[in-house]
Formats: sequence, structure tokens, C-alpha cells
Amino acid sequence: MQTINLTELEGARQGFIAEVNGASGTDVNSCYQCGRCSAGCPVAYAMDLQPRQVMRLIQLGLKDLVLEADTIWLCASCLTCSTRCPRGVDIAGVMDALRMIAVKERRPARIKDVPVFHDLFLGMVRATGRSYEVGLIAGLKLATGNLRRDLDLGLRMFRKGKLKLLPQISGAGAVRRVFANVARMEGGEG
Amino acid sequence: MKYAYYPGCSLHSTASEYGQSTEALCHRLGVELAEIPAWNCCGASSAHTRSHLLSLALPARNLALAEEMGLDIVAPCAACYNRFATTRHALAGDEVLRARVNRAIEMNYRARGRVVSLLELIVNDYGLDRLSREVSRPLRGLKVAAYYGCLLVRPPEATGFDDPEDPQSMDRLVEALGGQAVPWAYKTECCGSSFSATVPGVVLKLVNDILATARAAGAECLVTACPLCQANLDMRQAAVEKQYHTVYGLPVYYFTQLAGLALGLDPGRLGIRHHLVESMGLLVAKNLA
Repeated sequence: MQTINLTELEGARQGFIAEVNGASGTDVNSCYQCGRCSAGCPVAYAMDLQPRQVMRLIQLGLKDLVLEADTIWLCASCLTCSTRCPRGVDIAGVMDALRMIAVKERRPARIKDVPVFHDLFLGMVRATGRSYEVGLIAGLKLATGNLRRDLDLGLRMFRKGKLKLLPQISGAGAVRRVFANVARMEGGEG
Repeated sequence: MKYAYYPGCSLHSTASEYGQSTEALCHRLGVELAEIPAWNCCGASSAHTRSHLLSLALPARNLALAEEMGLDIVAPCAACYNRFATTRHALAGDEVLRARVNRAIEMNYRARGRVVSLLELIVNDYGLDRLSREVSRPLRGLKVAAYYGCLLVRPPEATGFDDPEDPQSMDRLVEALGGQAVPWAYKTECCGSSFSATVPGVVLKLVNDILATARAAGAECLVTACPLCQANLDMRQAAVEKQYHTVYGLPVYYFTQLAGLALGLDPGRLGIRHHLVESMGLLVAKNLA
């Protein structure tokens, strides 16, 4: 069994809680561990840490365990937990905050395809102003090396007219400026 | 009745039949949809995982464009609607945040106009009494599970037009069209569509849970107001049947398709043949097409 000295971690603990609270706009210390978030979570069965456990580990300041958990990448952002929390904690918002911190700190993710998907999706929006399924699927296949996944489905979709081969481009110049402004402002100049 | 129309990326591609049936239904009802010029992607399920500011700025640009048109904005897609409602809610009550987002989009969004989902437009703005008087081909004998999904009714403080645990608006719509809405427990359970391309095992399990529950409740089909839910429940159904050794054959219609049918529109104009699960047979059997 691993022994963790929580007293030594106190400074780091306070810092981590402040970081998560700031990024999520919610107060993780309000959680009193009733478990309602985990009982209603549709993906809890596949998670290594239940949402309730994530909340408790943040309160304890055990940052590495939280940021390297599969849970933060398996959360589907369905908002069931945030809607049901009797303490008004936005647990889905906490999951977003943890994902942002994990990306910033370049934490390894075992559920690799999910962060890759978000990068590709936002890259498409930045380039064209809109999302573009064919480009997204092709990019995901190249990035993950999983070339065969859903090939049959893609063909069936194409035959039903559900895939557009060319991207739609709309408001792209303005959207690129939005991305640039956000990057500048989040870099501390706004 | 006139609205700033935000079709969103899906209605131009994977959910083209939702776009087609939305436009046909609104035209039939005399609801004018003025598409927002040069609209952009709302950022949907990705932006909020990367940057809080970006997740507000991408929807806010569209909201500001609609405001310039002087119209309330309507979004048929539940995910786009959710981002718009969330952004409006966050910015209406926080001037500092609104000023920051306005700097990012280089526009002046004032959070004055309403954000409505297409379902809300039909059920509340147009009204079910008025709609039922237009029905020429009632959905008699059609047993439907109304599936709302997660994003249409959550978070309740931002969406607010229906109950987040046991919503009723689409059930009442089905009844107003002459059909039978079955009571069931999975109305707002997530279908996992944000993982459709990345974590297939999770998606198959969630979709199977929803289809199995709908069938056990006696439903012959599902009806939805979300292109991501529809795509997931329709396109993944064959893989789910294979994985779980069962046969569902449950058509998943958009509410605009069922409403259009009941109002006498031709199924060809509603894109019903575009679904991957065979969806015409049930309608023919019920003398609806």
C-alpha cells in the first residue's frame, strides 16, 4: 500500500484547488461525497475513478492521480451530474477544467483518441469556420493509425448522402481572429 | 413569425434530412427562417474541453449576428442550442465576462434576444393547439418513444423550457399529432455521441441501453430533436445489434419528419429514406406514407 503524507502536500493542495475552482467557476470544496453524480453517470461503468472519487481526490490535492485518470477523458459532458448535484457543484465543469490543466501540463492520456479528436475538430473550425466530418475522420485515422475503423459505416453514410466531400467555408476570417484573440487574451494580455 | 436560423454544421452534412424536414415544416406552418449570414461552428463538444473563453466566443459571434438581424435565434441541433443557451445565460448576467467575450469576437453582443430550440419554437411559440388543427394525417396507432437526449434540457437554469429529468414537450407533440407517446425511463440518458468516432465500446453500450429500454416500453420507433442523437441511434444500430446479438429495427425519426408527415407533407420532402435503419416500412404499415 502506498503512503501519502497529506500534511506535506498542503501548499500544493491549496494551489490545485484554487486552479480547478478558477478554471471551472465552481467550488470543489462544496462536495460532501453523496455519490449522486456517480450513480447517474452513464459512463461511470467504464471509468477508473468515479466522478465522486475525482472530487474527493481534488479536495485532498492528489493532482497526479486526477490528471492522469481515464475518467477526465471518458466524461461525455452530458451534464447529468451537474444537474443533479444537491450542492450545486458543476462537476462537468470540473472535468473540463481538469482536461485543460492536463493538456497544459502535457499529462499522458491513455484514452488518446479523445484529446486528438478535440484538437482536430478545433483545427478544422479555426481553418474553415465550420466543422468538416470527412476531414475530421481522415485526420483521426492518420493521427491514430486506426485506418479500418468505421470504413463500412463511412461508405453507407456516403451512399445516403450524409457525407460532404468538400469542407464548407463560412466566416473563416472572422473565426480565425476569434481564435487569435482568445489565445492572446488567455496569454495574459486581455 | 420570423427567426434568425442557425442550421449548424450537422444539418448541412450528416443530418441533411433534419435540415430538409425543418425547412419543409416551417414553410408549411408559415414560420419564416432567415439563415444567419456567414455563421460559424458553435464549437460544440470540443471547445469547452480546451478553453472556457473560446467555448463562449464561438457561440457568441453567432448570437451577435442574430442580434444584428433583430431576431430571436433558433437552432434545431440540441448541441448548438445548448451552447447558445449556456453562452447567453453566462453573458446576460455578467457584464465583465460579456465585455471580455465581445473583445474576443470584435462585436457588441448585448444578450437581449431569445435563444430557442426548434422543439420549443413548435411546441410553445407556435403552439400545440394550433398545430393539432393542421393535422391531416394523424399518426394513429404509432407508438413512439420520445428521446430528448442530454443537451436539450440541461443545464436547466440555461435551457429551462422543459423538465431536465422527465421532459414532456416532445411527448405532448406526438400526442398532438395523433400518435401515442410511450412512458419510458431513458428520455434524457446520454447516447455518448461525442465518443462516436473515438470510444466505440462506450457508444455501443449506451445506445443498446436506450434501444432496449424503448423496445421494452412498447415503442415501435424513437423520435428525437438532436442530429447527434439521431446519427448515433440510427447509424450505430447495426453494430449494436451485432454486438448484443439482437435485432431492433427501430427507426429513429426527427420530430420534424413526424410532424411533417402528420401535416400531409410528402415523405420524399422529409428525407425519411436517408436513414440507415429502414424507416419507411413502419409508416407504410400504419398507412402514414
